[in-house]
Amino acid sequence: MHIVVSIKQVPDTAEVRIDPRTNTMIRNGVPSIVNPDDRHAVEEAVHLKEQFGGRVSVVTMGPNQAKDALREAVSFGADQGILLSDRRFAGADTLATSYVLWKSILRLNSEAPVELVLCGRQALDGDTGQVPPGIATRLGWPQLTSVLRVDEVNLQDRWIKVQRMVEGGREIVRAKLPCVLTCTREMNVPRYATFPNMVKAARYDPLVWDREALGIDDESQVGLRGSPTIVSKVWAPAPRQRGATVWIDGSDPDQAAEQLIPILINAAKNQIERLQDPAAEVSPENPANGAERPRVPATENGPDNRPSNVAKHG
Amino acid sequence: MAEDLPGRTTDAIPDFSEYRGLWVYVQHRRGEAAPVSWQLLGVAREMAQQIGVPVGAAVLGHNVRHLAEDAIKYGADVVYHIDDPVLEDYRTQAYAHGMAALIRNHKPEVVLYGSTIHGRDVAGAVATEVKTGLAADATELSIEEEGHLLHASRPDFGGKLMSTILCKRHRPQMATCRPGVFPTPPPDPDRKGEIISEPLGLREEEVATQVLEFIPEPHQVDLSNADLIVSGGRGLGGPKAFEMLFELAEAAHGVVGASRGAVMAGWIPYQHQVGQTGQTVRPRVYVACGISGAIQHMVGMQDSDIIVAINSDGSAPIFRSADYGVVGDMFQIIPALTRHLRALSPPARSNGPTKTPQGTSSERSGPGPISEGSTKDGPSN
Repeated sequence: MHIVVSIKQVPDTAEVRIDPRTNTMIRNGVPSIVNPDDRHAVEEAVHLKEQFGGRVSVVTMGPNQAKDALREAVSFGADQGILLSDRRFAGADTLATSYVLWKSILRLNSEAPVELVLCGRQALDGDTGQVPPGIATRLGWPQLTSVLRVDEVNLQDRWIKVQRMVEGGREIVRAKLPCVLTCTREMNVPRYATFPNMVKAARYDPLVWDREALGIDDESQVGLRGSPTIVSKVWAPAPRQRGATVWIDGSDPDQAAEQLIPILINAAKNQIERLQDPAAEVSPENPANGAERPRVPATENGPDNRPSNVAKHG
Repeated sequence: MAEDLPGRTTDAIPDFSEYRGLWVYVQHRRGEAAPVSWQLLGVAREMAQQIGVPVGAAVLGHNVRHLAEDAIKYGADVVYHIDDPVLEDYRTQAYAHGMAALIRNHKPEVVLYGSTIHGRDVAGAVATEVKTGLAADATELSIEEEGHLLHASRPDFGGKLMSTILCKRHRPQMATCRPGVFPTPPPDPDRKGEIISEPLGLREEEVATQVLEFIPEPHQVDLSNADLIVSGGRGLGGPKAFEMLFELAEAAHGVVGASRGAVMAGWIPYQHQVGQTGQTVRPRVYVACGISGAIQHMVGMQDSDIIVAINSDGSAPIFRSADYGVVGDMFQIIPALTRHLRALSPPARSNGPTKTPQGTSSERSGPGPISEGSTKDGPSN
């Protein structure tokens, strides 16, 4: 079975610093990592390959530096890594990104029929989760997002059964193959690279596919031109103004508890009233709910975080 | 980024005059609406009033006419409704197909979705289907009176920056929006609106997925609607310590949250995670226990009405945002809090330390007509 994994190299957001004067990211010295969710996608692919045979192809769109991410995937057991790179791909939003990834899957599919496309659930930096649905929609294949576990793969009858995370619980779903899955960190525990794989990866030179290799004639679909969305403005949010911290001495737990109780009870009282009167639930702002809401300016007329005056921002 | 855009702004903007109205995709599971749907109707209503256009709601499903009626009460002028047995369970292909058809037929200028698992799943597919822009996870929305350009802003880079996303040359302008950020408007039972029904135009055999089973999570974590969240971080030291948080949450009728660090360490499931890569919450009271206050956590809870921080390290950054700061031994203070709360409300005790909010609520409310916050047959008003 041929499995394609789409990965992304991301800056480690824990390390990102912002230049306070220009409001831009300071990229110098920020380590790049394989997006954490994508590591689980690679692991799942390698695991399925071990069960069913076949091959794992890993693709990523990005600059030359993203080859490191592909080498890392090879060190975890992927068979090949392909960098999708072209000057014209730069500035792509999720729609334009899914276009290029789609084209690469079409090419891989023509080399050996693809049964599964695995992606991470979302990227650490963009955090949109929009690219996988874009890929699936373009392919016309079913998408199963936020997969917690693969229960069964039936290559004979060509279907897959998975458990996926949904609001309020989990869902067991069956989909026809080929299909697109997005992987969560609950799905598996990524392995460490074996020594032979590390050696292999260090020497591995990923393939590079550009526009031509992908058969992209229509430049209006890729990069900045193919992106309906633009980032118009970036600014550092002002921290919400709060009063000075009221310090409570924690050295005597019981005394501290006594001081904290009234604060907690206020919230609890409101929760109980909501449970007793389901109608109240639809209106958490309803002052009839009884509990005090100290320190919340402007909730009655819309929260203060919603500028009605666009000019101020634009 | 903006400086990469020379030339683009000089292109003529296409004529979008036939696109009109701000829509909300009404997310539900088998007829039970997600609260974010109504929250978004509230913000759509405000923006629509400002620019003088109608508010639309898209309600897809099977036997969900009550949701169409609810949408009107929460602010929709027109509900676009598709009722079909194929839509009984949410499946991307069927819902995206119906949604794309509604958009093509009725041409809204804006469509908002909750940035929930369901909302992201469907919005990503619809945006690709109709080839338009989709902003992700907006926490601020506004609209220009001239040209009706939607400004969708969201925290980026772990919450260190906000970015504003525009979609100038495509319609509809779409965005997923974070649950719990926009307040739920009070429903108005007297509001009048129109319901327009459309066919789905898709047969069951054409849908490649099948939902076999839904398993509700034993302890439902409804962080976005909680009034009290007791949250734990790496300072707790291990999974065992979370039990003490569950006990406090139960005694205080709250729910348990967690920092990314605690979730990454495997001490508690991801569903509990608060922060940039978890959920955004705005409870009345947020109690942060052993949480240092990394920015990625703060962006998810800084709109809480009251923040209480309990930490052994008095210099932890969390205290800078806390209304109440307690420096001390959590392993003493938290159990003390639980003890004091239980002493105040003995009935909560007789049921034993159950961890489900359902168990607690039925116990507290006695034999009254309480639905236990059930997820199956909640109130349909």
